[in-house]
Amino acid sequence: MAQVDVRLVDVTKTYGSDVRAVDGISLDVLDGEFFSLLGPSGCGKTTTLRMIGGFEEPTSGRIELQGEEVTWLPPHRRNVNTVFQNYALFPHLSIRENVAFGLRRRKVADAEVRTRVAEMLELVELSALADRKPGQISGGQAQRVALARALVNRPAVLLLDEPLGALDLRLRKQMQIELKRIQVEVGITFIYVTHDQEEAMTMSDRIAVMNHGRYEQLGAPAEIYERPSTRFVAGFLGASNLLPGTVVGAEGDHVAVRLDLGPIVRLPAAAIAGRSRVDVGVRPEKIRLGSAGAATPGVNAIPGHIQDLSYTGVSTQYRVALADGHLVTAYAQNIARADGGASALPGAEVLVEWDPADAFAVDPLPAGTEPATDPVTGAPIE
Amino acid sequence: MFAWLRRHPSATAYLLLAPGILYLALFYVWPTVGMFLVSLETGTIQTGYTQSWNFGVYPQVLGEYWGDFLNSILYGGAATLATFAIGFPLAWFVAFRGGRYKTLLLFLIIAPFFTSFILRTISWKIILADNGFLLGTLKDLGLLPDETRILATPVAVIAGITYNFLPFMTLPLYVALEKIPPSVLEAAQDLYADPLSRLRRVTLPLAMPGVIAGSLLTFIPAVGDFVNAELLGNPRTTMIGNVIQARFLKVSDYPTGAALAFILMAAILTGVLVYARLAGTEELYGARAG
Repeated sequence: MAQVDVRLVDVTKTYGSDVRAVDGISLDVLDGEFFSLLGPSGCGKTTTLRMIGGFEEPTSGRIELQGEEVTWLPPHRRNVNTVFQNYALFPHLSIRENVAFGLRRRKVADAEVRTRVAEMLELVELSALADRKPGQISGGQAQRVALARALVNRPAVLLLDEPLGALDLRLRKQMQIELKRIQVEVGITFIYVTHDQEEAMTMSDRIAVMNHGRYEQLGAPAEIYERPSTRFVAGFLGASNLLPGTVVGAEGDHVAVRLDLGPIVRLPAAAIAGRSRVDVGVRPEKIRLGSAGAATPGVNAIPGHIQDLSYTGVSTQYRVALADGHLVTAYAQNIARADGGASALPGAEVLVEWDPADAFAVDPLPAGTEPATDPVTGAPIE
Repeated sequence: MFAWLRRHPSATAYLLLAPGILYLALFYVWPTVGMFLVSLETGTIQTGYTQSWNFGVYPQVLGEYWGDFLNSILYGGAATLATFAIGFPLAWFVAFRGGRYKTLLLFLIIAPFFTSFILRTISWKIILADNGFLLGTLKDLGLLPDETRILATPVAVIAGITYNFLPFMTLPLYVALEKIPPSVLEAAQDLYADPLSRLRRVTLPLAMPGVIAGSLLTFIPAVGDFVNAELLGNPRTTMIGNVIQARFLKVSDYPTGAALAFILMAAILTGVLVYARLAGTEELYGARAG
């Protein structure tokens, strides 16, 4: 078991009397881990990060850094460094002096400062720009300076607050790979705040998906993608089809669920976790569209007809209308050259099929509420 | 007319500048030239003045009044330092801790301007009087010996100038401090800077345009001031402004007054240019790359 670098114990932050920005978060971040706090704006992820950095004080709870309590320690006395959202470089100092700032405040010997700064500029490939001022470099370069300025201090933990938010898409993709490379190279624990699920999945070892001041699920990217435990997680990470149903029986390690629209489907018993009413979830890319009347044995199958489709090159997105009008989204990889076969035309009768092991279950909506989900993204409509 | 302007686009710019140029020519260049000519005249108020190109007046008045020049620069310089010492913490507080009271606090800083300059300076006479509010209380408490006095000393003159020019220092400082992004200060904190080195390494360097603007706005008029020395000083604390005023309005010795005014102007211009060269013109104009 790796050592715990950052531990939050029941950390709460309230503003005024009724705004709970962070609502009782407890979690452990392990040494050397790339840990992401993922969630929509206002979910409390940045506040959580700022409390770890020391810029905000929790209303209650405890924060530990490598086993020592730091809850009330000011930022300049914590062994953590932050990469700020807008970089926050010192405009009056050269790139070199920006990177050297932390070492100089710690009274590191001049010769060592010079070697370490040079090494760090090398790592982020900015040696050539060392004498420029922050006003004379591009956004992507400023981002790397901010990273170098923090990493050169060899902190126990590096905090990153949406550091790629201001970059364009292409540069962002490139920086994601770069960030992960640097993290592996320096072996420092990263805590990364983002609202971009793809970004979090690309880089993280573990992700905490946050909503309303707490995290709804914490786990490895594949785990939370394949087995989302709540409706919010299912909708926030990728697209999901959710079909309400009632548990009607069990056979071995599988459970049978009668969907409200008629058919019975099977799920792993572990996914049901003892509930009697669930929404059965299945990701669009897990669905195969089979020919009507020719169900594959051992596979869940629901009849429907293709409402519409959109060809996106690498795949085709189908929307299939079920008997009760429910729309199910399915992605089909275009492995063979698409020739627009008869089964793929709008109006065609098909079977929506998926392997029982590929499904998950989340709590149903409270009785009386319409299951208002976006049929394409599967995200809850609010 | 408009068709002609369309064919000569650069003429439009000059036409738009014309009122400003006319104003400067009429109320600045012409009087300056006139004043320079007056400084070279000789004569008395009784016999009248005649142009005699008497350049000798310059070394003559400089020799005669160098003590007053020295007083001016000393008092003006001390007052500038004092306004900075008071104005910087004040501006810092308003910019970073003012919160929703910022506007009110800024209003309070300029509120004294709503009362006459002379009136405010006279009230300092009452405050600094030998047995006035300030000294009287301290003497009654036994904290100061009975013979202590401030009024009619250089200290009173400097205090008066400091008080009167404080807003000219505080407001540019406030503007410069206000522009510093909070995240940059947080970054300094994050990189182990304690409050003192944060101030020295980040806040102060980033506030430099305000420091320079504020010190020029304070020092230049303070050197030429005569009201504070007149009301709060004694005959030995006269500043050059007092002499110029007396030459023009009391003795009617126009050439001497004009020559002194020119020497003062030249001295200040030289001083400002040296200052700008030392501090960097970038900061003087407040224009710098983000």
